[in-house]
Amino acid sequence: MAKPDPPKSALSEPHTWLERHGDALYRYAFFRLRDMDMAEDLVQETLLAAFQARADFAGRSAERTWLIGILKNKLVDTLRKHAREVSVDALADGPDAIDALFNDDRGQHWRTPPAAWENPNAALEQKQFWAVFRDCIETLPPRQARAFVLCEIDGLDGKEACKVLDVEPSNVWVMLHRARLRLRQCLEKHWFGGARGK
Amino acid sequence: MLTCKEVSELVSQSLDRKLSLRERLGVRVHLLVCNACNRFAAQMRFLRAAARRFRELPPEDDTGVRLSDAARGRIRRRLDGQR
Repeated sequence: MAKPDPPKSALSEPHTWLERHGDALYRYAFFRLRDMDMAEDLVQETLLAAFQARADFAGRSAERTWLIGILKNKLVDTLRKHAREVSVDALADGPDAIDALFNDDRGQHWRTPPAAWENPNAALEQKQFWAVFRDCIETLPPRQARAFVLCEIDGLDGKEACKVLDVEPSNVWVMLHRARLRLRQCLEKHWFGGARGK
Repeated sequence: MLTCKEVSELVSQSLDRKLSLRERLGVRVHLLVCNACNRFAAQMRFLRAAARRFRELPPEDDTGVRLSDAARGRIRRRLDGQR
């Protein structure tokens, strides 16, 4: 896999971009969209837009960084374009998934209380932790993953996220809450539960 | 008093919106006596911090996810049509 070019570089030949950066752009897109067709569409739109804008490349960033910047701008368009079809898969898992975490219908207490996580901040410095973190995000149902990545990692604000995901604010909160519950469990199981390093 | 389920929901939402005074008080009272929800709250703050940090990491080079040959061919043809 070719490393990104050093800063202050000129652009390489546009016809080599797909070969050089196609997989990286696709990975970036797929992690956020969780849909092959949409991610492929986004890579294509990005490369087309980059070709049109190649004269504007200022050489301040590496070629790949520049392309990913274009992809980020196109991401929202792609989601909006596909908003209707995306909405169809509803809120993924129903209330049951959450109810199951608590010990009765009213949810008085945790069935399995969250464990104490030992020195979580140290995890942030470990490369393996980020692989687990990424894996956990990838196992979320697509809608929850999309909401979590857009809001928490890409930092879209609530209003923007509602527009892009085509839902009411309360739905975004529900999706984020479900995503967090699952991520919490996943990290506890695969990182903080003593499985670390084994 | 709020249940653990309700508190976990409000703690999560407190990251996304400003809770009402009533909600904040309810959560605070519950957290005074509930160890499990305290841990949960700390873990939610950790998740937020981790997500922010993840944003700054360079994109990973190889996670095994690749553009399919079919898509590559399609995109290639579309790009060639552009010139």
